Amino acid sequence: MTTSRRKFIKISALGLGGIAVSTTALNMFGANPYLDGLVRENVAKNFIRSATYCEVCFWKCAAWAYTDEKGAIKKIIGNEEDPHCKGRLCPRGTGGVGMYNDEDRLKTPLIRTTINGEETFREASWEEALDLVASKFKELKNKYGAESLGLLKHGCPGWHFEHLYKAFGSDTIAEPAFAQCRGPRETAFALTFGSWVGSPEPTDIRDTKCLVLIGSHIGENMHNSQVQEMSEAIDNGATIITVDPRLSTAASKSQHWLAIKPATDIALLLSWMNVLIEEELYDKAYVEKYALGFEELKQHVAEFTPEWAYGITTIKPEEIRKTARAMAHAAPAVIIHPGRHVVWYGDDTQRERAIAILNGLLGSWGRRGGFYFKEGLKVPNFPHPEYPQPKWNWKDIGENYPLAQMGLTNEIIKSSIPRTNPKYPVKAWMVAGTNLIKSIPDTKELKEALDALEFLVVIDTMPMDITGYADVILPECTYLERTDIVRSSPNREPSIAVRFAAVPPKYDSKPGAWIAKEIGMRLGLEAYYQYGDFNEVIDWQLKELGTSREEMEKIGVKKYPRTSGSMYINEEEVHHFGTASGKIEFYSHELEKLGFDPLPKYTVHPEAPQGYYRLNYGRSPMHTFSRTSNNPNLTDLKKENDLWVNPKVARIIGLKTGQEVWLKNQDDILSTFSIKVRVTERVRWDSVYMVHGFGNDNKKLSRSYGKGIDDTQMISKIFTDPIMGGTGMRGNFVTILTENPHKHTEI
Amino acid sequence: MRYAMVIDTLKCVGCSDCVVACQTENDVPIGYCRDWIAETVKGVYPNLELELKSERCNHCDNAPCVRCCPTGASHVGVGGIVLVTADECIGCGACIESCPYDARYQHPDGYVDKCTFCHHRLEKGQLPACVSVCPTKCMYFGDLDNPNSEVSQLLKNRKHKTLAPEAGTNPHVFYLI
Repeated sequence: MTTSRRKFIKISALGLGGIAVSTTALNMFGANPYLDGLVRENVAKNFIRSATYCEVCFWKCAAWAYTDEKGAIKKIIGNEEDPHCKGRLCPRGTGGVGMYNDEDRLKTPLIRTTINGEETFREASWEEALDLVASKFKELKNKYGAESLGLLKHGCPGWHFEHLYKAFGSDTIAEPAFAQCRGPRETAFALTFGSWVGSPEPTDIRDTKCLVLIGSHIGENMHNSQVQEMSEAIDNGATIITVDPRLSTAASKSQHWLAIKPATDIALLLSWMNVLIEEELYDKAYVEKYALGFEELKQHVAEFTPEWAYGITTIKPEEIRKTARAMAHAAPAVIIHPGRHVVWYGDDTQRERAIAILNGLLGSWGRRGGFYFKEGLKVPNFPHPEYPQPKWNWKDIGENYPLAQMGLTNEIIKSSIPRTNPKYPVKAWMVAGTNLIKSIPDTKELKEALDALEFLVVIDTMPMDITGYADVILPECTYLERTDIVRSSPNREPSIAVRFAAVPPKYDSKPGAWIAKEIGMRLGLEAYYQYGDFNEVIDWQLKELGTSREEMEKIGVKKYPRTSGSMYINEEEVHHFGTASGKIEFYSHELEKLGFDPLPKYTVHPEAPQGYYRLNYGRSPMHTFSRTSNNPNLTDLKKENDLWVNPKVARIIGLKTGQEVWLKNQDDILSTFSIKVRVTERVRWDSVYMVHGFGNDNKKLSRSYGKGIDDTQMISKIFTDPIMGGTGMRGNFVTILTENPHKHTEI
Repeated sequence: MRYAMVIDTLKCVGCSDCVVACQTENDVPIGYCRDWIAETVKGVYPNLELELKSERCNHCDNAPCVRCCPTGASHVGVGGIVLVTADECIGCGACIESCPYDARYQHPDGYVDKCTFCHHRLEKGQLPACVSVCPTKCMYFGDLDNPNSEVSQLLKNRKHKTLAPEAGTNPHVFYLI
């Protein structure tokens, strides 16, 4: 986190001749040539601002991009009216200009070819590349059906290609954001409250009196409005309780940091319920009015005392009682945060169920300072014919996981491996805006699928690792260079935000909207693209939303009044929840029917063999996954990850901060690159920690190639959640190698 | 008028947004910075304290950098802001050596550069770029001579410290603790 601050550059040519100029030491304002210069320059800078929203991460903060008279983007500043950022972007948003300026960007379409027996990429025109994509799509559709074409996507580009796919007749669509990230919490909260948590999370942090974070590290994840509201909560004197084996930034801001033994969270959650019920601290009126299955829950948790949990979690019974009472004291203005990346040990839906039930006991759902009822606006779709009905789709591919609520990327990958004789064979992929190599654990399986694919087209702005496997690479321009879909996301009040191109696309890159349409036209899908330019779609949508391009260019974000009523439960009335029973389901008959535990149970997870340490990973506030790891502005802040090691462990192995080490995991997988050790008390002795997204393996990424270790490479063992198909990734163990294991194998 | 910055270490998450915002606002070349994040960990697991804070030039009343500058390029401007006139700087580096906060760097163009409290923004009634971007709003800026200003009030009501007080520089960046 500490920035390397300066390179001491020798002065080669001074030639400033400043000595001769005499000035007094106390120059007054306005009598300072340097500052005068600055002020003049700034005034002279006739910056033009254009409305955009950020795409450095999924929070999509609305902002203003400032360009100078030469058309260079100078800075990006948050939009004051935006509920996602409230005028303040995070470092990644502020440094978003680096995405545009990165000289390593994909510049032109590339096609895989063989020259002198070696596979390589050659530059191609858009015409040729798009023709090739369309002809392969047609060929594969004729051969195997449109369903055999899979789309794996993330973010705004994904939207355009989803439309293309559905029009073409394929709904074999998934994004790692579900099964590799937040899926378990959506399934669990849907089961309990009849509502997804969704993004942004409707956590009323600004008005909370107690915020409980279970392994969620707000402040290291820069989910902007959440970070801002946590800071407000600190100002308001809210109690923060953080459960984390590592002293995260959030843990350091907490009155109670519970330094839990990894993989034992459910035991702690159950014991909290035990205390709340045993000491009758739960919200009796709320539970009586809204909850189903309280008696079963009471019986279930009776034996899970803090003393029982102590032996499992290593958290002292007194600390468990104290924190449970603190939550009850704050209730209903209390949030047991659902977290976001929650695929840990394979029983994640059950852990999230425990979190949901705990919130139910405390009466925080639909209450001020707990969870509010969010409201969003539906952006009307530009008119098009109905999509054809595919013979099978993502649901069928994920049929072994009955409560998967979105496509499972990992199941589409499995279905792409002919060796396993899949029921729904997938033959080709389009990958848009997601670097699968870094987002999908079990690289071996992924690489087998990549090998077997008959065709792979990758759309990205950067030569991420995944582009190396493509047959065709299509360079998308960055968010700053394209007019894109209207952003509508649910918040305390509905709002929309627009993204207009601040500058024309650099190099020969193109907007996702244009690429998708060009492919669509070549596939004979004109009926789905009844417009000339995507700007027409936006203009039409804005008109439907009661506004216009002219207005949105000026304001960037438009807010609308709520129409669904109060943000909180009206205590005079009876609220109906979205579950089958209309109530909060503590006891889940739905899970029971499907053969799963109707109430969450603690299960013991494997521990590290001797000499190995659990691999934990997380986020740095300056980076978004691997997406930003080559961004010149952001690599300047953090250019590689490091391996956090407890001093006790460092002593045993003989490690020093800054020392270069390699990792080997329980399946003998060796890290390709090395990582520098950081000896710190902030991490437990049974685990090591690193920031996700580094160790890029594409030499074209000049700033990030080979910098640090890719945690995903070390995650070869997956603990699959039987309920919704999530890929638990926190059960991998590594040993630390001080000698380069590749030394003798390299030629 | 006496400008001062107050930074609440209880809220700072060390995200470095202040660093990027400064770089883009002031055209600080990649590889250099006028402000940075410092992290301090004290104690033994699990009894730990972590402090994160944004650091920069302290705009000292008794500024060693100004005293040692042979050309007068380093000087004190209105409101106590310590500044460098690039045209007058010969890049000798004496100020860099003298600064107890390590707050100055040699710009690739030859002169010494540092935080200006975004003087050019203050003139337009805007806050320094770092203060205006901070997602946690942990940074405050204002006039210490005005007893009712936010910074004066915070220093009156909250426990605080300055960096390297033993250097006798009388710094004007304060940290709430």
